[in-house]
Amino acid sequence: MAIGTLPNRSIGHGRHAGHDGRGAGAGGDHPSGDTPGGAIVPPRAYVTGITVALGAVLMFFMALVSAYIVRRDMPLSGWLPLAVFPRILWLDTLLLLASSFTLSRARRLLLAGRDSGFRFWWKITAGLGIAFLAGQLIAWRELAAAGVYLATNPSSSFFFVFTATHGLHILGGIAALLWVMFRRPRRLGLATATEVAAIYWHFMDGIWLFLFSLLLFAKA
Amino acid sequence: MSPAGRHVYLDAARDLCPRIPAGTRRRERGSTFASVLLALLLSLLVLITVWIFAARVFPAPSSITAIGDQVDRQYALTLWITGAIFVLAQLGFAWAILRFRDRGQRARFVPGNSRLEFAWTVAAIILFLGLGVLGRRAWAESRFTPPSAGAIQVEVTESQFVFNFRYPGPDGKFGRLDPRLISPSTGNPLGLDDNDPAARDDVVVPQLTVPVNRQIALLIRSQDVVHNFFVRELRLQEDAVPGMIISVHFTPDRLGRYEIVCTQLCGLGHYRMHSYLNVVAASDYQAFLNQQQQALRQ
Amino acid sequence: MKSRVDSAQAAAPGQIGFVRRCLFSTDHKVIGIQYFFLALFAVLIGIVLSLFMRFHLVWPAAHLSWIPWLSGGLMTPEQYLALVTMHGTLMVFFVLTVAPQSAFGNYFLPLQIGAPEMAFPRLNMLSFWLTFVALLVMLAAFVVPGGAPISGWTAYTPLSSVGSVAGPGEGLGQTLWIASIGIFCIASLLGALNFISTTIDMRAPGMTLMRMPLTVWAWFVTAILSLLAFAVLLAAAILLLLDRSAGTSFFTPAGIVLSGQLQPHAGGSPLLWEHLFWFFGHPEVYIAILPGMGVTSHVLANFSRKPVFGYKAMAITLCAIGFLGFLVWGHHMFVSGMSPYSSIAFSLLTMSIGVPSAIKTCNWLGTIWHGKLQLKSPMLFSLGFVSVFVTGGLSGLFLAQPALDNMLHGTYYVVAHFHLIMGVAAIFGIFAATYLWFPKMFGRAMNERLGQIHFWLTFVGAYCIFMPMHFIGIEGGIRRYSDYTGANYLAALQPLHRFSTIAAFATAAAQLIFLFNLFWSLRKGAPASANPWNATTLEWATPSPPPRDNFGAWKPAVYRGPYEYSVPGAAADFIPQHLSPADLEAAGAD
Ligand code: HEA
Ligand code: HEA
Ligand code: CUA
Ligand SMILES: [Cu+2]
Repeated sequence: MAIGTLPNRSIGHGRHAGHDGRGAGAGGDHPSGDTPGGAIVPPRAYVTGITVALGAVLMFFMALVSAYIVRRDMPLSGWLPLAVFPRILWLDTLLLLASSFTLSRARRLLLAGRDSGFRFWWKITAGLGIAFLAGQLIAWRELAAAGVYLATNPSSSFFFVFTATHGLHILGGIAALLWVMFRRPRRLGLATATEVAAIYWHFMDGIWLFLFSLLLFAKA
Repeated sequence: MSPAGRHVYLDAARDLCPRIPAGTRRRERGSTFASVLLALLLSLLVLITVWIFAARVFPAPSSITAIGDQVDRQYALTLWITGAIFVLAQLGFAWAILRFRDRGQRARFVPGNSRLEFAWTVAAIILFLGLGVLGRRAWAESRFTPPSAGAIQVEVTESQFVFNFRYPGPDGKFGRLDPRLISPSTGNPLGLDDNDPAARDDVVVPQLTVPVNRQIALLIRSQDVVHNFFVRELRLQEDAVPGMIISVHFTPDRLGRYEIVCTQLCGLGHYRMHSYLNVVAASDYQAFLNQQQQALRQ
Repeated sequence: MKSRVDSAQAAAPGQIGFVRRCLFSTDHKVIGIQYFFLALFAVLIGIVLSLFMRFHLVWPAAHLSWIPWLSGGLMTPEQYLALVTMHGTLMVFFVLTVAPQSAFGNYFLPLQIGAPEMAFPRLNMLSFWLTFVALLVMLAAFVVPGGAPISGWTAYTPLSSVGSVAGPGEGLGQTLWIASIGIFCIASLLGALNFISTTIDMRAPGMTLMRMPLTVWAWFVTAILSLLAFAVLLAAAILLLLDRSAGTSFFTPAGIVLSGQLQPHAGGSPLLWEHLFWFFGHPEVYIAILPGMGVTSHVLANFSRKPVFGYKAMAITLCAIGFLGFLVWGHHMFVSGMSPYSSIAFSLLTMSIGVPSAIKTCNWLGTIWHGKLQLKSPMLFSLGFVSVFVTGGLSGLFLAQPALDNMLHGTYYVVAHFHLIMGVAAIFGIFAATYLWFPKMFGRAMNERLGQIHFWLTFVGAYCIFMPMHFIGIEGGIRRYSDYTGANYLAALQPLHRFSTIAAFATAAAQLIFLFNLFWSLRKGAPASANPWNATTLEWATPSPPPRDNFGAWKPAVYRGPYEYSVPGAAADFIPQHLSPADLEAAGAD
């Protein structure tokens, strides 16, 4: 038996087949300089990726929250409850919760093939996100008006750190929503792109609920 | 496998790995020198290390507390166990490197041995956790018990880059401190508040003087950054953390003058942060206290 | 020879320009090489800093008037501490987090699992460039007014949180340090995300978890550690930055007085910083060593011509070490004022990390036992790794007992421990990887004789530098002391210091051999074949260096475990992973 019976697993042969097939792709590089990976990354990798990334996000907020708890409960902490608790946070929470529902609805419509419905609810979601951020800004203004700033007291420091870092994450989420809407990702497909965005959005929603209840609890 | 078949297989392998020359290369050269030298070096490492520890070339200074002695015993036990593992492991590798160097033999296909693996897992668990459990005692005695009621209290205040020791005076009470009053140049390095009667008889000195065979309870605090209080002979150290008062206690049983150093990086003068622990006879201790009270009254 | 021609083509400039191909490439192999040289650059700076430190420790009064930044040729205490801080930081972050994981992991993880790329190539590129920026920001700390920070690589608060009243270097220098670490965290998070997704979703058909090379296991577990640990450090760094620049009091307590000024902070907790830092810091040291362990297992099998002994146990212990690594951070804080009861818990958990480490050590011995040991340079460095890991690991068992840490914390004993296990063992892992994979990465072999000489000098030299530090520590020599005049008993330890310094200079000089070998072989090394070590894993089934898409049109499939060496009945003493039973059958048929 000859070597030739092991064709495609022997490098020489396999390689050649490859180059012939690809023609212009000298050296195997994609002409556009784009990665060859783009074509072969399975969609589920994006879902894995966002899930893994959320693990890091979770750790990040857990670190902040445990710092909060330690700092609050230690002796001589100088801790004073927030002088005012911005009422608008309730509204913000509702907005964010609502956005999760509109997002789910948009996804369901997309999967059902109803593109215009998808676009409508998707935009609503982004709008709700923006409204949430605006609300958070109003909350900050309210605190500032009451003379409560970042360095006023540990409680206010944590309030601003929580809302700012979470707000940044939401901002990223909004960017992702808009990107999916207007740039129409080609490589990973709309179904995957919306799934990734949805996982992220729901998660940040959950993080907010957690932070909010923490702040609410401290108010008492 | 027939010789011909083997030949074909080798051809296949060569095709995959283009530069294997035809025929099996039986023996890699040059492994003998390296294996002998490496085995030699490992043995030398073991020999020198064991000698240094066995001959106590660099001993820790002897301990001056009962707890320190206990620490030393735990240290010795740990040294014996880890020492044995060290010798076994290094020499084991030295032997294997020498014995199984490439001499053209064929390696034995042994992907594992669950019985052996189980054995050394259990051995490691027993050894390491046993050591940890035994090590608990010396720690418990120095940290789990509060100082006894009759202990002599001294407050240690550390700041960049000095130690100050405060004795509560005859009233047995430490007076109030106010960080706004801190002023080393006018002789008030701790910020003692003289409006507090308890503060007026407090003595602040740069060295720690204690009587022998009495339990000493230190209250360690810091005025600025994290420092540390460490005396080799006590086998004891504790950080001085601003915002905290940390209590440790010890009972020195030997007269002498011992050095106190700071082991926690605290700024550019970290290296020169230094003081003394004077362990004196009871009568000398009394004399020291009297003298300090006299100085205070003047 | 066909495939070599192909690979030459692959290396030749195609239509894409230099910038896309080399600078802003999304090719995981190019990025791996970029990381490699970044780490090499950082390690060289780190070594030079350490030589200045060693010199100053022994001859503090020497006038080095030829060095412009020393006033009058004398090194000040703050300059010494700046060196210590930057040495530790560069080595831990920019060398040991970058080289084993980001450099070799990037290059070889996709190859070893038979993937054409990382899952997210652009993210990969971003993560390299963020690392690069972080390095620049870190180095900038040297040249700003006040100089580099003096608070050590651990940056304990309040020293690091109150600004320049705490000392020179605590102004802008410390701020840059924190900013750099923050950027580095983000880069590492992106990298980790990529590694994990790639390992989960991009494996070739047949590449089950239990067929992954142990290097892949190690990179995978390390990536998980990075993901969880760097997120925490990022949060801590943000809070620290706020304490410094926005007047908050997370880590800075009330009522502290520095340079005669009462600081305007209210009730923060230094212990909180220590907890957050070490919650990151301990996993970080395993981030540094796990890839080295993977490489060691890989190399020992290859050069013993034997399967890894107890493959499954090796994979499980990697996971176990990674998991336990998150539960032991308190062993850095036994004497920090933390509850003494939790010390006992941390102590027992720390001791139990010794168990998977012991299993690994015994399995390494089992791997070479009855082997056919070919002591090539990768093999030498891997054997050296084991020796040094045992020595450095055993001293960890002393430190892990709070009672003993009472006398050893903050001394050179700790310095000895972590240099042996990290500064030498993990570095040996890098060396083994370099000698092993250089031919694959650059298509040329490194010089074997120079590699051997490099090993002998470094092995002996490293032990000579760091063994004496145990004794300095036992006698009470304190780390981060710029001078031995602070306490009287320190002068007696100077002979040990002198020995260590001389060894350090000699060892550092020996690295020149390595550098020469590296750069010389890049241009002049003998051309390497696809599989120069007769190895079994997939990276050897493609030309050296591999084409842009790693395997060309061939879609690798895997039929067996990663370490089938000296299988009874097989003709050659290795069976590559991609050889199917049918191939073998066919080969043996007639
Ligand atoms: C790569 C890095 C690395 C690794 C792997 C380790 C591994 C270990 N480390 Fe280390 N450590 C550091 C890097 C590392 N360390 C650093 C950088 C610091 C200082 C930070 C600073 O303060 O600046 C430090 C500090 C440090 C301390 C704090 C000391 C102090 O500041 O007071 C402690 C205490 O517990 C400790 C313990 C351990 C232990 C128990 C292990 C264990 O994992 C070791 C396990 C290994 C073995 C035990 C050896 C192999 C086993 C055998 C050969 C057994 C043979 C067989 C049988 C028993 C049957 N380390
Ligand atoms: C990887 C980690 C690493 C490495 C390699 C080193 C290498 C060295 N270290 Fe360092 N060191 C630390 C990590 C490391 N160190 C840390 C974390 C601290 C604590 C800082 C602090 O207290 O805050 C420290 C502190 C420290 C001190 C204590 C200072 C003090 O407390 O006052 C000293 C003193 O001698 C010292 C000396 C040395 C010497 C002489 C070398 C060497 O120069 C020895 C010779 C060098 C080698 C053997 C390495 C050669 C490697 C290569 C050439 C790599 C090639 C790379 C690629 C291919 C990518 N180091
Ligand atoms: Cu105080 Cu070091
Ligand atoms: Cu640790």
